[in-house]
Amino acid sequence: MSKKPAQPAAPADDAHQAATAVAATATTMDVVAANPLRDPRDKRLPRVAGPCVLVLFGVTGDLAKKKLLPAIYDLGNRGLLPPGFSLVGFARRDWAHEDFAQVTYEAVKEHARTPFREEVWKQLSEGIHFNPGEFSDDGAFDCLAMMLKEIDETRGTGGNYAFYLSIPPKFFSQVVEQLKRTGLANAPDGSWRRVVIEKPFGHDLKSAKELNATVNVVFPESSVFRIDHYLGKETVQNILALRFANELYEPIWNRGYVDHVQITMAEDIGIGSRAGYYDGIGAARDVVQNHLLQLLALVAMEDPTSFDADSLRREKEKVLKAVRLPHDLSTGTVRGQYTAGWQGGESVVGYLEEEGIPQDSKTDTYAAIKLEVANRRWAGVPFYLRAGKRLGRRVTEVAVIFQRAPHLPFSKDDTEILGQNALVIRVQPDEGITVRFGSKVPGTAMEVRDVSMDFAYGEAFMESSPEAYERLLLDVLIGDPPLFPHQREVELGWKILDPIEDHWATHGRPDGYEAGTWGPPSADEMLARDGRVWRRL
Amino acid sequence: MSTFNLTDTTASKISATLTKLRHSMGAPAIGMVLTLVVVCDEGNQYDAVKAATEAAREHPSRILIVINRDPREPSRADAEIRVGEATPGEVVLLRLYGELTKHADSVISPLLLTDIPVVVWWPGGAPAKPAEDAIGKLGSRRITDALAATDADKALRSRSAGYTPGDTDLAWTRLTPWRSLLAAAFDQPMGKVAGGVVEAASGNASAPLLAAWLSYRLKADVKVEDSAGPGLTSVRLTLASGGDLTVERGDARLATLSRPGQPTRRVALARRPTAELLAEELRRLDPDDVYHETVRHMAEQSR
Ligand SMILES: NC(=O)c1ccc[n+]([C@@H]2O[C@H](COP(=O)([O-])OP(=O)(O)OC[C@H]3O[C@@H](n4cnc5c(N)ncnc54)[C@H](OP(=O)(O)O)[C@@H]3O)[C@@H](O)[C@H]2O)c1
Repeated sequence: MSKKPAQPAAPADDAHQAATAVAATATTMDVVAANPLRDPRDKRLPRVAGPCVLVLFGVTGDLAKKKLLPAIYDLGNRGLLPPGFSLVGFARRDWAHEDFAQVTYEAVKEHARTPFREEVWKQLSEGIHFNPGEFSDDGAFDCLAMMLKEIDETRGTGGNYAFYLSIPPKFFSQVVEQLKRTGLANAPDGSWRRVVIEKPFGHDLKSAKELNATVNVVFPESSVFRIDHYLGKETVQNILALRFANELYEPIWNRGYVDHVQITMAEDIGIGSRAGYYDGIGAARDVVQNHLLQLLALVAMEDPTSFDADSLRREKEKVLKAVRLPHDLSTGTVRGQYTAGWQGGESVVGYLEEEGIPQDSKTDTYAAIKLEVANRRWAGVPFYLRAGKRLGRRVTEVAVIFQRAPHLPFSKDDTEILGQNALVIRVQPDEGITVRFGSKVPGTAMEVRDVSMDFAYGEAFMESSPEAYERLLLDVLIGDPPLFPHQREVELGWKILDPIEDHWATHGRPDGYEAGTWGPPSADEMLARDGRVWRRL
Repeated sequence: MSTFNLTDTTASKISATLTKLRHSMGAPAIGMVLTLVVVCDEGNQYDAVKAATEAAREHPSRILIVINRDPREPSRADAEIRVGEATPGEVVLLRLYGELTKHADSVISPLLLTDIPVVVWWPGGAPAKPAEDAIGKLGSRRITDALAATDADKALRSRSAGYTPGDTDLAWTRLTPWRSLLAAAFDQPMGKVAGGVVEAASGNASAPLLAAWLSYRLKADVKVEDSAGPGLTSVRLTLASGGDLTVERGDARLATLSRPGQPTRRVALARRPTAELLAEELRRLDPDDVYHETVRHMAEQSR
């Protein structure tokens, strides 16, 4: 999903785009046109963010230390941060700039993907600042406003600020209110202000709307960047390349050839220390509503007219709107909760024994849902989504399972062990594509069995492929929105999930499944009723 | 990593051995994305193989290294085949003797992977017209390196005359971080540029290219001047509105960027190892028009 190559003589776009272009000095199309050193044909020159400040709230959190700070360094190492780029940390700690720089240094040393280089660190550390304070403390935000003004002068960041809220959502309203009060949310002419928020985007439709309302009163939708880190992954973007750059798959990508689709996100870990967050939320809200439905949208959508944000989101929304729930939610959905067992050679406790989980918790640690996409392309093709914790191993994939050949000119015995053809997009951990098809067993008369063919472009061999967060952070700083879900997509996700959650809330409790297995037997039964089985992963 | 030596061999024997080795290693299911042919000599083969295998981590390739030995000996081809578990792809070092040194393409072409791009790289001396060279003809992308030429300036000018779409030079690749930084600086309107100077260690192959690119794009006169190095040390552009935009790098690692009315800033601008340069080349296999226009401008200017 790389940016559409800029056309030198692009026709005048609508006023909105022109306005954002003025505000951004990153590598956007209009900047390319105005800059004598840029040329759309000069593909070596990377997209670089314009001068700006990233204000990070929640720098002491897990996400900041493990993902965000390292990703910032990695971007710097790849030469993608603008000269003068500055980072401001905000937390309730009595720290000086140097202390925060030290925290950043340690996070980078431990978690950065690219090798540590002194000169990159020097460039970065020059721009590191820290602002201590509570979210309720007006003075702290007045200080922040002053600090940012000063940074504009000393570092030439031109009033361009991105506010990254890596904090629990319940504080969003407080922080955005503060940003409004101090005028930080309003961009003077020729500069921009953006806000980045992390999931969860609410826990149902109502709360999602409320959350959005609190952010939207201060920041317009075009300045809100919602992170769904799956969309930053190379393989997920490759779904679009695979589908729309090839002639091979699209003709069979429909109900005429596809039997069903399985989308799986399996984790081997339990809830760890996230009991407070997880209990009452569960697998469906945590990952199905966002990641899995986004994957479904990318796999099922029609081709967008271009890869710009509007066209892409429009197609994803169309497909999400076409999603239909099973008529009978008790047979078309399954939820489970792990019990004590053995996971990968380790004895682990059940969900109810985890620290901080109430004995009567009905939280789903496993969810499987059968959906249909009611349109011409997909009518009658089930999409099975499943997600869970403490499953056999960590794997995320999308498998498109094709119908059996209409006629097999072989004897029945010869094709006994022949399954269905499948095309699998492996999202993590082993990124790539697998095709499964029947092949003759050498040395037999005509025995046919399943074989699989794998493809992994380089990434698999590199120490590690670019982190999703690198791509997404860069897109935020450049102001390139296609990889961020729109609020409408978030709401459509909840419209799909809410009836299921309501049903679950009033009907019994999750089925138990032993840790280290692949979910409750009821999930297998759900597919068995349709004459299908889950892929063995 | 297993190594296999074949003396006095042929392309078909090499091919058969590759297949056999792959099978005996349990046929690693690796999709290779290109064939990289490296034409070099005994002196630079070690570094070239190292860079090529590292770049192959990003772009799994069959790597064919062609080393010409004594042309007075009887015709003969020796092959050293390396197939590793740790590295994707395969490496074949071919040592050619006698008459065969003039017909290396006859050994190479049957060893190219079918129907995927071929890239030819000359880490040392290169033909004046790469696309007309017997091996160069096999490639859709031809990478030379003016750094290796005794007179880099002259070598680059001659590339202009022999340019064929698909040609590029590592002296140009080395400039990407500089060009990227300068382009980012010009994202903020800078007005007209009156003239400029690029400073580099004497004989630096990339400096005249950078000057030519700037002068061509900015429509201004940009000179090259010698400095104590290492490598490229500075770019100074005089703005028509007064003042200079400068990038200075004394230690080949960290640069300072300064321009009128703005604070001076430090930017990491380290030299990159050959493997990274090669990986950048392999990322895009379409013709590099901007490179072409730059060498053409360079040649025109000197006329
Ligand atoms: N971690 C993940 O893998 C992950 C995945 C998806 C989404 N997210 C989302 O990403 C965001 C951050 O996640 P996280 O895992 O980093 O959370 P976390 O470890 O709980 O950190 C939250 C941050 O918020 C700060 N904070 C909490 N209450 C505060 C208060 N009253 N005043 C000032 N600061 C306060 C904490 O600072 P103190 O140290 O001072 O408490 C900490 O820096 C959340 O929105 C989360 O939902 C995280």
